[in-house]
Amino acid sequence: MFNGDFFTFLKPKNELEKIPADKSTEDSKPYIPDALWVNCPKCKRMILATDLDDNSRVCTQCNHHFRITARQRLEMICDKDSFVEADGDMVSKNIIGFPDYNRKLAAAKNRSGENESVITGVCTINGYKTVIFVMDPSFMMGSMGTVTGEKITRAFEYATENKMPVVAFTLSGGARMQEGILSLMQMAKTSGAVKRHSDAGLLYITVLTDPTTGGVTASFAMEGDIILSEPGALIGFAGPRVIEQTIRQKLPKDFQTAEFLRDKGFVDAVVDRRKMKDTLAKLLSLHNIEKAAVDEQPAEKEIESDESI
Amino acid sequence: MRAFDKVTAARSADRLTASDFIQALFGDSFFELHGDRCYADDKAVKAGIATIGNMPVTVIGLDKGKNTKERLEKNFGSAHPEGYRKALRLMKQAEKFRRPVLCFVDTSGAFCGIGAEERGQGQAIAENLMEMMTLKTPVLSIVIGEGGSGGALALAVANEVWMLENAVYSVISAEGCASILWKDPAKTADAAQCLRLTANDLFTMDVIERIIREPKSVESPLFDSLRNLIANTFEKYLAMSDEELLNNRYERFRKYGRTTKVFTFDEDESETEQK
Ligand SMILES: [Zn+2]
Repeated sequence: MFNGDFFTFLKPKNELEKIPADKSTEDSKPYIPDALWVNCPKCKRMILATDLDDNSRVCTQCNHHFRITARQRLEMICDKDSFVEADGDMVSKNIIGFPDYNRKLAAAKNRSGENESVITGVCTINGYKTVIFVMDPSFMMGSMGTVTGEKITRAFEYATENKMPVVAFTLSGGARMQEGILSLMQMAKTSGAVKRHSDAGLLYITVLTDPTTGGVTASFAMEGDIILSEPGALIGFAGPRVIEQTIRQKLPKDFQTAEFLRDKGFVDAVVDRRKMKDTLAKLLSLHNIEKAAVDEQPAEKEIESDESI
Repeated sequence: MRAFDKVTAARSADRLTASDFIQALFGDSFFELHGDRCYADDKAVKAGIATIGNMPVTVIGLDKGKNTKERLEKNFGSAHPEGYRKALRLMKQAEKFRRPVLCFVDTSGAFCGIGAEERGQGQAIAENLMEMMTLKTPVLSIVIGEGGSGGALALAVANEVWMLENAVYSVISAEGCASILWKDPAKTADAAQCLRLTANDLFTMDVIERIIREPKSVESPLFDSLRNLIANTFEKYLAMSDEELLNNRYERFRKYGRTTKVFTFDEDESETEQK
């Protein structure tokens, strides 16, 4: 459970992380470096790290939205102490015997402090009860394996059963190739769970964050009743490099940004991170969503864990 | 054959295409229908209505084309969003008349390009996955050549998925996998092996229900038994209530990842028997 202790997620928390990660590789470094100053990749200016944290990790100079971990996102969106995690103990295995996958999983766990690329659970947002899931850039760039798909599917099934809305923050490079075709199958599985939730008359809001591509774009990310995005986020089916290689020409400057998708009709609104929580609460308030009594927080329900995983 | 030999066979230019399968199975009974009613007619998707005996079926195929002119017209079987929307339109039409849907999958993947992204390639595939899951009519998909990732899955959310013995079905191409993971195109054959993309391996993982012996020409007598098998399969699913039919399809996909079972694969490289 997330207690609002901002940096606990950087610490190792289960024994699988005792597998030594290769220190020479990028994926073994902590995702958020412990530095006083941060260089903005967009405007190239130096920002004081504490200023960045105070500004929801949005550049104080140019409004660039830095990538944040799933735990940081939950901290920004959920009412204090309201988030209850589900299925946090589910871990991936090397189900098709793919070379090097065990080491990659161990490194991803070490780096992110998470067991998988998505965190699911229930929370309140300005009092409105909702199921929420958030994908994590520090765990294999949000890649979707079978456990990712399973956790998301279970979140939707729980929401359907309990007549709750779902709020999703998507972030993914796509399906996880180390689990072969079974990763691809997660696209159909999650889409089926979204459809049943939708057919039950329930609300699903997706927030596309940087980057949302591949199999996640081609499944639950694009299936929301309302689709929001953060400014400047890269959103697409194929990645820009793959497209450039295929068509052998340079892509237009703002191609595949959140703003581009909005203008092409695929995103309802681009919302600044600092207004995201209030925006979600407003949208929830328009859909007859149950509001927790103030003394009822944190949410009392916990999703039951399945012993089969 | 080794996995990469299967990849090569699945891509071979003299392999039977979706058009060939439609011709061989349905002959003159096939009536082609065009367009997505929104933007265009994507020729990478060949679709229409045909009959098996007295049973009308909606047939939708990702079609690579037989010669250079056709292949260019059909974009080598890589559909744009309008191709997936055309397929969905005709599936919805089939549902209206409770007409079974037969899909042929043969594509290296959904097209990657500016127009495809502008018109929502991801959204088009996502919508097919969602809508096919609750289509109230039987759906059968056969991977006849290449089953390339999401672009293949967009026609394969079915009650059953079959594969020809030399077809492949994968989350990513062997080349893509080798270049992303190992930055080394020379490892393509290794990647093909690791991805477990052959009909045998997919059967082991319960991703397909049948492996189909490969007809080498449109005249092959194997098409008669295939036609019978298709008709019998549709009869079986037509006898189900809507609820049974949709639960069958949901559970078919719901089971992947319910447990983290580690698979062991049969490394026998001999020719497969029809299962
Ligand atoms: Zn900046």
